[in-house]
Amino acid sequence: MRFMVIVKANKDSEAGVLPDQEILTEMGKFNEELVKAGVMLAGEGLQASSKGARVRFEGPKKRTVIDGPFAETKELVAGFWLWQVKSKEEAIEWLKRAPFQEGEVEIRQVFETEDFGAELTPEARQREERLREQIAGRK
Amino acid sequence: MAVAATDTHRAIEAVWRIESARLIAGLTRIVRDVGLAEDLAQDALVAALERWPASGVPDNPGAWLMASAKNRAIDRLRRQKRLERKHEELGREIETRQAGAPGLDDAIDDDVGDDLLRLMFLSCHPILPTESRVALTLRLLGGLKTEEIARAFLQPEPTLAQRLVRAKRTLAEARVPFEVPRGEERNARLDSVLEVIYLIFNEGYAATAGDDWMRPALCEEALRLGRILAGLAPEEPEVQGLVALMEIQASRIRARVDPSGEPILLLDQDRSRWDHMLIGRGLQALERAERSGGATGPYALQAGIAACHARARVASETDWARIAGLYDALAGLRPSPVVELNRAVAHGMAFGPEAGLRLVDALVPEPSLRKYHLLPAARGDLLEKVGRFGEAREEFMRAASLTRNERERRVLLGRAGRL
Repeated sequence: MRFMVIVKANKDSEAGVLPDQEILTEMGKFNEELVKAGVMLAGEGLQASSKGARVRFEGPKKRTVIDGPFAETKELVAGFWLWQVKSKEEAIEWLKRAPFQEGEVEIRQVFETEDFGAELTPEARQREERLREQIAGRK
Repeated sequence: MAVAATDTHRAIEAVWRIESARLIAGLTRIVRDVGLAEDLAQDALVAALERWPASGVPDNPGAWLMASAKNRAIDRLRRQKRLERKHEELGREIETRQAGAPGLDDAIDDDVGDDLLRLMFLSCHPILPTESRVALTLRLLGGLKTEEIARAFLQPEPTLAQRLVRAKRTLAEARVPFEVPRGEERNARLDSVLEVIYLIFNEGYAATAGDDWMRPALCEEALRLGRILAGLAPEEPEVQGLVALMEIQASRIRARVDPSGEPILLLDQDRSRWDHMLIGRGLQALERAERSGGATGPYALQAGIAACHARARVASETDWARIAGLYDALAGLRPSPVVELNRAVAHGMAFGPEAGLRLVDALVPEPSLRKYHLLPAARGDLLEKVGRFGEAREEFMRAASLTRNERERRVLLGRAGRL
């Protein structure tokens, strides 16, 4: 299963202040570990919201563009990872090893395909049963 | 309280998933017996299961498990003094190393990559039957439980457990060294590692709707193993080739069956349902293969073919000439009737139906393709394109009688009916 790990903004990230060398090195090490463990699928850091924008939707036609920066710093996303793991607990275990000193980081599960498991359509189930009958008949 | 205990157990399971391979690899280097190393690691896990629910998961759970396992190793070796002087020496060696405690963990961490690679080569050693290599790799490197492996391969758990025991005994009895092979041997042994990973992937890929979820999960396991291997041996073009091939094939998992569970052929798939992040990862791995010595091995060639399809935004944009060239190379390297058939189809798409037909006709006498519905299906398609409709119709009817896929059968009968 996949999890998106969402890192929130803070005053520094919103001010466009880059993390110091030590933190960058630590983070680089952590990323390398994730890659080596086959866990990391993707990961990016985002620039300050002052370089971003929002589009507001009202009804089928009306669109309003709002330029950044945006006020609610703690609610803003400053970066993300996409991890491939076996369980939420594994994602938590990995996140606990991240070199953050403060703040909260959120883990959210990504929707997966429903082409297997309990989400079978009746047609697929029928087909399975036919197949099983065929296999049983052949023996 | 019960809830908290279960949570801790889940957390321990997660720690095991992350740490077990490194733990077993590090211990194998110390005790030189993978079976014993696994037992020691398991004992450490049991200790964690006893302690952590009360004490909480330690800050560095991997180091805790390693320390606990090493202590057990020393105890064990001391108790077995009568066994061999060699064991004593090992025990002393561990003790001395532990005396310089801070350095030891660092040493193990530094070496951990090499140890993992050694463990992969050991688990995929050619002395073992293929199914044992697969089981041992999933167990030791994937951290899967015996029960999970058994479920994934639709086999009784005792059979699987037996197989694992026998495999570890075989490795011990043959005194297979814990090392990364060099020179000529390295290539042959690496082939075995790649084969095992790809077997695991294909086992998962072949799983159908309604199978136990453990079966499709094998695709993820194989991808994980491949990505780990690519981290350990990034300069091996075939490692990158295999990863590229698996990433790109996995990108189509969503698109390869219709809502009723029937397979959809590659060219008919809805490309917007392909996983474009996996495609991107696959293409990057293929580039790395090209940069590190050329994408000329069998996995990289297959990845190259998969990449041609992945790069085409619509089926009609497919670079068939390039695919035909890659199949030519693959047929030279790993000749097989199925590769020949695919090669013929690619030539037909790239250079016109006559060119394809010449190659397909040569395959008709091939005994192993006699019941393979894709041969008459491909031949029918080419015959239709050159205007030999009567023969084309016969081939479609034959293909329809051979396929087990209902949807495909309907399509083939439809094509026959229109001729």
